[in-house]
Amino acid sequence: MSGDDELIKEFLLESWEGLNQLDRDFVALEKAPRDRERLGAIFRCVHTIKGTSGFLALSKLEAVAHAGESLLSRLRDGDLVLDGEMTSALLAMVDAIRTMLTQVEADGSDGKEAFGEIVASLQALASGAARAAAKPAPAPAVKAASAPAPAPAVKAASAPPKEAKSALPPKVEAAAAPVVVPLPPPTPAAVPAAPVAPASIFVPKPSPGDDHHGHSMPAGPAVAEGGEAAGARGPSVSDTTIRVDVGLLDRVMNLVGELVLARNQIIQFGTTVKDAAFANASQRLNLLTTELQEGVMKTRMQPIGNVWNKFPRVVRDLSHSCGKKVNLELDGTETELDRTIIEAIKDPLTHIVRNSVDHGIETPDARKQSGKSAHGSLLMRAFHEGGQVIIEIVDDGRGIQVDKVVKKAVERGVLTADRASRLSPRDAFGLIFAPGFSTAEKVTNVSGRGVGMDVVKTNIEKIGGTVDISSRPKHGTTLKIKIPLTLAIIPALIVTSNKDRYAIPQVNLLELVRLEGEQARRGLENLHGTTVYRLRGNLLPLVFLNRALELKSQTVSDVINIVVLQADDRQFGLVVDGISDTEEIVVKPLGKELKGITTFAGATIMGDGRVALILDVLGIAQRSGVVSVGRERAMVDKTTERKDKAEEKEALLLFRVGKTGRMALPLSMVARLEEISRDDVERAAGRDVVQYRDAILPLVDLGRALGAEPTNSGGGPMQVIVYSENGRSVGFVVDQILDAVEEIISIRHKGGRDGVLGSAVVQGKVTDLLDVHGVIRRSDPSFFQRGEAA
Amino acid sequence: MSTEGTRQLCTFALGDMLFGVDVTNVQEVIRYQEMTGVPLAPAIIRGLINLRGQIVTAIEMRARLSLPEREGALPMNVVVRTADGVVSLLVDEIGDVLEVEERVFERPPETMSGTFREVVSGVYKLDRQLLLLLDVEKITAVPAAVRKEAA
Repeated sequence: MSGDDELIKEFLLESWEGLNQLDRDFVALEKAPRDRERLGAIFRCVHTIKGTSGFLALSKLEAVAHAGESLLSRLRDGDLVLDGEMTSALLAMVDAIRTMLTQVEADGSDGKEAFGEIVASLQALASGAARAAAKPAPAPAVKAASAPAPAPAVKAASAPPKEAKSALPPKVEAAAAPVVVPLPPPTPAAVPAAPVAPASIFVPKPSPGDDHHGHSMPAGPAVAEGGEAAGARGPSVSDTTIRVDVGLLDRVMNLVGELVLARNQIIQFGTTVKDAAFANASQRLNLLTTELQEGVMKTRMQPIGNVWNKFPRVVRDLSHSCGKKVNLELDGTETELDRTIIEAIKDPLTHIVRNSVDHGIETPDARKQSGKSAHGSLLMRAFHEGGQVIIEIVDDGRGIQVDKVVKKAVERGVLTADRASRLSPRDAFGLIFAPGFSTAEKVTNVSGRGVGMDVVKTNIEKIGGTVDISSRPKHGTTLKIKIPLTLAIIPALIVTSNKDRYAIPQVNLLELVRLEGEQARRGLENLHGTTVYRLRGNLLPLVFLNRALELKSQTVSDVINIVVLQADDRQFGLVVDGISDTEEIVVKPLGKELKGITTFAGATIMGDGRVALILDVLGIAQRSGVVSVGRERAMVDKTTERKDKAEEKEALLLFRVGKTGRMALPLSMVARLEEISRDDVERAAGRDVVQYRDAILPLVDLGRALGAEPTNSGGGPMQVIVYSENGRSVGFVVDQILDAVEEIISIRHKGGRDGVLGSAVVQGKVTDLLDVHGVIRRSDPSFFQRGEAA
Repeated sequence: MSTEGTRQLCTFALGDMLFGVDVTNVQEVIRYQEMTGVPLAPAIIRGLINLRGQIVTAIEMRARLSLPEREGALPMNVVVRTADGVVSLLVDEIGDVLEVEERVFERPPETMSGTFREVVSGVYKLDRQLLLLLDVEKITAVPAAVRKEAA
């Protein structure tokens, strides 16, 4: 099957489903016309149909959907309130879309009829109300549109899907994205539906050659037209696939898992029984079970390439219509994802790709002017990392201009000017995901209506993923989507420690080292409390799994097994009691009670039916302190990130005072982070101050305030944490900003020194918590008094 | 189901005390299953069991209620549904499903010890014994204090 056919097929399936939902939504809307959420949902559905039909060059269909979308957009923004007239016009649009989709399914074109009246009435409604809010001026147009000409076609088209519903599986309730599997030809059960057709009066007698009303719709309508017509055209799209509730597949998969275990037991039993017939039967059971298991697995797993296949075409058409040149590169198409996840990321990815081509990549001329090649490049990459699937969409376009984003956000009332001034670049990028936000100067056919990025974020977060955007002006934009592989199957190495089995995801695995006899006794060296091993001349820090998991290891052996692992940009060796085999494991999530334990990424069920934990390599490395240094370096640019939604976790800013003093304070107390040149420091009233934002900012050297050596005065700008309260600010001078983390903190050790609230373990290291108020009070006793008086 | 003014409880014993959870919360009751321990987990989490392909966390009710450890016999699993998913409660013995009358219900006394008060939402004064009603949502909400020890 060619790529185009595939595209059209998917478009049809998706659109039929969307349209059926629209009918229900509109009816519900009439009762609650101000339901913004529902309006948003309708809008997105029509938006998608419009967009896709545009790519498929179905211009008439696109025009109708575009007109409807314009009206919906105004409704969604609250400029207009839905009334009966609008509902009729919109429903007429839905029916017109149906008629055209039927045509598309029949011969790939969107028919001859342009539905001009409907378009006109929609446009009149969208614009008319702007001029004269309540005047029902455009009414005649609507009547003309909904009553005479297209009515028969419309009614006829709207009837069949209702029958189709009964013939299709229970997809209505299937909120979890369903899966498409092949279906045998339509069952006779669908036939009796035909005579009942309530709209039979309106069904125009379709003569065989009548292309206008070729109702080769799913199941029901084909029947209504007569068996021979359906037979002649062959099964339509919806006949060869059915949508199955993923929940059902889950249950089937679990049952197969149980079957595998029962099979294993029988085979084991077979070794004790000497009976040829039994051996034969169990052998057969063995083979069948394996095949069944593979089959069921396959129904759920799909390579991401299935979604990506349509992008070359999308990008080509889109760049063509924008007058741009874009090279699309796909990397990692074989990365397997669970079908639910594939379904969920399909639309978001389309939006992102469209955005990149439409807004990101410049026209060839503009590119040449900024010294880039005329061809823009768009890279889509998928891979497994750290127990997650990462999808990156990288373009080398003009990037995002932060100030423009912020300005737009203020204009649109997404945030106040005051807040805007305190926004970090990272937060500013986040604004792109706010609902109704778009930086496009004008609304184009492709994007700019402010729908899209919020949909992207909502859909990704629905499946427990995250979207991260980073951009450099003139260099391009990178979107990074992280998706948990809740149900993904990954290859893993099974190791044992203290007689328990653990699975280590193969992506983290570099090599295995086995030390015996003399080597084992002398191979490990101690380096100031850390055990290391010389691996080809390089020192490899070692982590003992038993110790990291606080297990009591009884096994004393003269063999040392080292699993060399990669965590972030660091390598370390994990010492385990034994190494078994590699296996394909199904990742299962841990219960909420265990989410706080960062050393495990999930659990899996082993061949014997017992549960084994999957190690989170990064978590172990952090816990053992192996990667903290590397991580700190990698995460410095995240220091300004602020996450408010953490429930029990507290966001902390980590910093260093003196050579070794690792300290933290709640991120919520940090107003800003600044680098201040030492030359700007002035003295006032016996204290160090700087001029900062048209005010005088007193500085407190934390090193000195805590009774340690003053912060490093040797060269370089000072790192200053600005704290504000009651309109007064103070700057804490520290040696280095390390990281911003979110952790569950528990003060292990209270009190101690002045200026320290206590100590806690953060990122596996002991960290002092700064007593902000205490330090300020001592250096400037009047700080709070004056603040209170003001 | 239950008639007006009464409620059906699935009961089980811990030591000489009788506990109950609403039958509608109970998915099933199964005998002892082999478990995989979870290192670093709070003490009340005894391990993970494979319940027909689903991984379920087993919570030792004796530890949850700060009772002395079980001696001898293997515990039973009372598998309950909570808002956060399915968990298994490890108990000494399974009792009957009892239909209790709401008029013999009383809020837990103020003097009840801390861990009990967290999870016991009331007491049914039965003829021979007191039946302590457990709130399954509270059982799984592992208190912060317990969680910290694991961190």
